[in-house]
Amino acid sequence: MLRGVLEWLDDRTGIVSGVQHFLDEDIPASSGWHQVFGSIAMFGFLVQAVTGILLALNYAPTAGEAYYSLKYIVMEVTGGRLIRQLHHWGASLMIVIVALHMIQVFIWGGYKKPREATWIVGVVLLLMTLGYGLTGYLLPWDNRAYWGTVVATQISASAPGAGPYIARLMGVVDGAIGSVTFARFYAIHVLLLPPATMALMLLHVFLVRRHGVAPLPGDEALPKKKFYPGQVFKDTLAIFIYFAILYTLAVVARVPLERMADPTDTSYIPRPDWYFLFLFQLLKLFPGSLEMIGSIVLPTLAIIALFAAPFIDRSKMVMVRQRGFAVSLVLLAAAAWGSLTYAAVAGTPKSAQSEYDATLVEPWQHLTPKELIKPDAAAPEFAKLAARTYLKSGCTACHVANGEGGKLGPPLNAIMFRRDRAWLEAHFIEPQKMVPGSTMPPYKFAPPEMAAMLDWLLKLPPD
Amino acid sequence: MLQGPDRRNFLVLAIQGLGAVITGALGVPALTYLFSPAKTKNDATWIDVADLAKLPAGEPAEIIFSRKRVDGWKVVTEKTSAWVVKTGETEAFALAPACTHLGCAYHWKQESKEFTCPCHASSFSIDGKVQAGPAPRALDRYESRVVNGKVQVGRVVSSESSGANGGKA
Repeated sequence: MLRGVLEWLDDRTGIVSGVQHFLDEDIPASSGWHQVFGSIAMFGFLVQAVTGILLALNYAPTAGEAYYSLKYIVMEVTGGRLIRQLHHWGASLMIVIVALHMIQVFIWGGYKKPREATWIVGVVLLLMTLGYGLTGYLLPWDNRAYWGTVVATQISASAPGAGPYIARLMGVVDGAIGSVTFARFYAIHVLLLPPATMALMLLHVFLVRRHGVAPLPGDEALPKKKFYPGQVFKDTLAIFIYFAILYTLAVVARVPLERMADPTDTSYIPRPDWYFLFLFQLLKLFPGSLEMIGSIVLPTLAIIALFAAPFIDRSKMVMVRQRGFAVSLVLLAAAAWGSLTYAAVAGTPKSAQSEYDATLVEPWQHLTPKELIKPDAAAPEFAKLAARTYLKSGCTACHVANGEGGKLGPPLNAIMFRRDRAWLEAHFIEPQKMVPGSTMPPYKFAPPEMAAMLDWLLKLPPD
Repeated sequence: MLQGPDRRNFLVLAIQGLGAVITGALGVPALTYLFSPAKTKNDATWIDVADLAKLPAGEPAEIIFSRKRVDGWKVVTEKTSAWVVKTGETEAFALAPACTHLGCAYHWKQESKEFTCPCHASSFSIDGKVQAGPAPRALDRYESRVVNGKVQVGRVVSSESSGANGGKA
């Protein structure tokens, strides 16, 4: 029955024998585990496509609303957090695997004649992978996304000559990003890049087939192997290991959603995603007028060098152990990248902003003090004690908490980002010492009340 | 170490097995993501829609009111309507405004004392029972009550699940 269907399908379309022909490819005797990375990258792309489409089915692609729809996906849609975290960690692992794929081809010298075009298409695919990272970073529309993108667009806008045009293309108006930038990044991320990636991946695979998998010296004397099932098994097992790592990350490593993008927030310390951190750190090495070297010149030279690699190194294929120079080059680049990234991570102070996760805010944190003191309020004891203390002390007269109270003093929501526990306690005891000229009276709460007040105040969400 | 056809069979089986595990691990969450209802719940609050005393006896009144509804990631305030029928000095019920066939808005026809749907000519009696046409069940009703002379409505309950006034007349 199945055989009959397959025969009919093959007779009318040629698909079955096409797949067979593809799987029956001859590969050199030296092929093996070192060549699994291309297949993993393809699989990684597939996972990003599937999870990306799933996210899009519950996502509002406009600045502002994007944030709430993502929060909805993570907090209210079954499996939403897993899908989002698969997409997030999948993006990071994609960068890792594309880099490993390139490093492997580079060390083995697989870019050499006649495979220059395959390599060049690969470099374009690498840049596109980074393009996904750059544009996707903005899409959660939280503070991290917003400020990270502000810095990235400013860097591009500083390019000599083309800068203002790039800025205009990215929808940047007077240095500020907003709805237009968001729409463009979204369109690039989901409309422009995916079909382009698919087309180039197809071309990349076609070129691999056209020239054959790169052989090593000595392969000519040995009998060829078949791609299927030996190499396909190796690829599949490698894909499985990759998938297991990705899945574990997606289940275990929580991806926060910070507070919603706030262009007026001057306290935020912007950081790009980890794979761009080295570039961010590089800028610090070139102060003042030299900045252009770090932001534009060096990255451009690196990209040109990648494209030009097959034309610079025109020697014959040799065994890997004779490629000492290539290996040292990779080690040098890895060391530079690693130390820059480490310096950037070490130089990033932890802040209440980057620790905050909107998806962990519980419903009681949105209750007003009057709602909290109701006997049936579903809230922890400390919050109820705090609300009783708060109302008894008359704080409501001057301060707004969750939309309730007077406007004489500063609103208390989001105070977690402005003040720490010690400051708040000192301020309760002696306000004028902390804020000269303050009209707030001192409050010397008993220790349990003080602790409850501080705990509760630091849990008042920003929105 | 396996050799020859045994080795080949093992490899093919392993490829298929690993592929199936990956497909399942991605497919199952994808399906629950698409098919499970969101955890958001609509709080059923009672909304005043009419003064019972001002309602006409023996004929339905179309009342337009606004209510809050959780719509995905937002809460929207939207206008909606109910056909409220007074059944006594302290009683009334409210019909949901959509025909049970395909959801078109139906109207009260004074001459024939029935609700008719403009789409496929279903008609319903004043208490919502199907008189004619393709409608599969009686009109749905709002949960309703009368408090201090005000008619209040809650959420819409399907006439199928309530069984209140059954299927076709």
